[in-house]
Amino acid sequence: MIRDYFRVLVVDLALGKGKVTKVPGRDEVAGGSGLGALLFNRYGKTDRPWDDPEQPLIFAIGPLTGYFPLMSKTVAAFKSPYHDQYAESHAGGRSALAIRFADYDALVLTGRATRPSALVVGSRHLELKDVHYLWGLDIQESGKLLRRMFKGSGHRSILRIGPAGEQKSAMAGINVDTYRHFGRLGGGGVMGAKNLKAIVIIGDGSFPLMEGKDYPRLFESVHRKLTATDMMQKYHNLGTPANVAILNELQALPWRNLQATTDPEVHGISGERFAETALLRNAACAGCPVGCIHIGFSRERFQTDYRYFYRQVSYDHEPIFATGSMLGVTDCFAILDLLDVIEQMGLDVMSAGVALAWATEALEKGVISAAETLLPLRFGDHNTYEQAVRYLAYGVNEFYRLLAQGTLKAAAHYGGADFACVLGQEMAGYATGEVFFTSQALGLRHSHLDSAGYAYDQKYPEKDVTKAVDFLMAEEASRSFLTSMVACLFARGVYSEELLADCLRVVGYGALADNIDAVSRTIQKLRWQTRLATGFDPHRVAIPKRFTEITTWKGKLDAEFLSTLQNTYARRILELTGEAKG
Amino acid sequence: MKILITPRLERCIGCHSCSLACARLVHHRLSWDMAGIRIASSGGLSTGFEARICLACDPAPCAAACPTGAYSQRRGGGVVVRKNLCIRCGECAQACPVDAIYLDITGEPFVCLHCGQCVPYCPHDCLEMKDLGGAPAQQDEAQEVTA
Repeated sequence: MIRDYFRVLVVDLALGKGKVTKVPGRDEVAGGSGLGALLFNRYGKTDRPWDDPEQPLIFAIGPLTGYFPLMSKTVAAFKSPYHDQYAESHAGGRSALAIRFADYDALVLTGRATRPSALVVGSRHLELKDVHYLWGLDIQESGKLLRRMFKGSGHRSILRIGPAGEQKSAMAGINVDTYRHFGRLGGGGVMGAKNLKAIVIIGDGSFPLMEGKDYPRLFESVHRKLTATDMMQKYHNLGTPANVAILNELQALPWRNLQATTDPEVHGISGERFAETALLRNAACAGCPVGCIHIGFSRERFQTDYRYFYRQVSYDHEPIFATGSMLGVTDCFAILDLLDVIEQMGLDVMSAGVALAWATEALEKGVISAAETLLPLRFGDHNTYEQAVRYLAYGVNEFYRLLAQGTLKAAAHYGGADFACVLGQEMAGYATGEVFFTSQALGLRHSHLDSAGYAYDQKYPEKDVTKAVDFLMAEEASRSFLTSMVACLFARGVYSEELLADCLRVVGYGALADNIDAVSRTIQKLRWQTRLATGFDPHRVAIPKRFTEITTWKGKLDAEFLSTLQNTYARRILELTGEAKG
Repeated sequence: MKILITPRLERCIGCHSCSLACARLVHHRLSWDMAGIRIASSGGLSTGFEARICLACDPAPCAAACPTGAYSQRRGGGVVVRKNLCIRCGECAQACPVDAIYLDITGEPFVCLHCGQCVPYCPHDCLEMKDLGGAPAQQDEAQEVTA
């Protein structure tokens, strides 16, 4: 529904009651990322810890959600258990269209449920249901029961946490519709702290469309651009795993806790290997015809006779990097087995894989011992990692509890910070060089998608600090606007500023269409102000020594260039928010 | 005369582009319900998708059940709908054996008109407009549709 304000459902989980609230600011912050920050400023408590019951858990969609293809993602905003600062995490599945058709621009969940609960919202429905019997169940078991318990098959979205979230782990993700995730920065831990096992969003509303032919014509044109050209082919065909072999060839794929950047064993885990041997089918987020979700299978023989069960497991470049190259696992089916355990536990795969890679090297180096790990962790030994994942999810001892709060937290206690592959949070699967390391370490989400540092590294060989930081700042502003629409960033090549203006105008957001530059800057500034208000200091982000020890296709990493980039980018972030000193 | 069939639904990825196109182009709504074709996962996402769609019955039980003539038999199967005659009784939806008719909150029915406007929006070519030609063998057609 097109409105010049935001229609927000604010639910107090302690009371099990909600209130539909009219929030102004549409023309200033658009929605999505901008709306998440706006709502955190309204409902969040910057001076209280992340697990204070009053802290909000926010899910926001954008002005174009559902109106155009690939406007199919949701922004989660919360104070993170990982760093106790403001955080965003993004996911698709059916979440965005379900919120659209439930007729909200955002959900804000405050308070703590008195019992383990499931929240059910729809356009004519609000219920907090006691589901104590689901507490302790993994993602698959709880998903099956939730699907049976609540109506709306096909047109609903089910968000749920596993044991890791129940343990309030900083590495716990929120599973969305089985194959997608609000993975990063501990959103699952926030749900756990709120006693919230699941959120069922029923998309049971519908809206009249604008009069005339302009909207369907523009939709058809956008749809054609997205599907009839080769622009989306890479996401559709091999999907993001196409990057695995390419990065390895470039000497830019992290191997065995980033002790190497290339390995001939890559053929066992390449996108091609997955597609040829393990790919079952594709799936899509609702509202996206691309279908980038690649689903493989994990098969287990449970009797000596030929008796098997199998599970379907989604895979992408990042999960393959985190459980494959980073852990020295070089067989695609071993990766799928490991991914399945991580899924069932409700852990963020990137954080878990990178943390266990550090633990493996720390054990090799004698920084920690088997008294901590309880298991003989060894690169390539995926069976042992499967058990370690469970230990990490449940926090079975002090070591795993600390590790689940972040690799650097464990390293601060045991040592080994020099080789912790952490860039704000556990690294993404790109060892492309100085600009990427800077962009993830200082990025607002600590995501490779905050800005295109990895692309800059590959495109521009010269070490020009000003040019690189100008690029990161501009890219971040533009992506902030896209994630306020909320577009899938895979569509960034199609949704130019001009096209976004056309889309906004045709559905009735003329003021936003006319002010994209100004609104982008407003959103960028608001997000950073919010992050800084919760304690972030970009000058204090440590980039561990390991990142300066690597060699890529460009040669040895330049530690001085990296340091200058970090200082300059940090200064520019502070200047943007008006907090620069001197 | 053509009818919409779903011969390759195993390829469906659950993007809902067909439903959204029908709602947008035929019913002028933003909706994944107010559409002649609606997609649901069959027993969870891990088992794929099914389409709720008119199978072009002839004779159509929904047309027989309609008390006001809003629904009438379409040549070649399915129904022709005149919404101005509809009294929102919901008898059509009750009569449909395959749950192909959606009633909105006011009782307004939405059913496939076999116009084919959804077909080009399916990225995996799951849908097809089948030309019935002059073939009189209604029974054969029905078997193919449901196969």
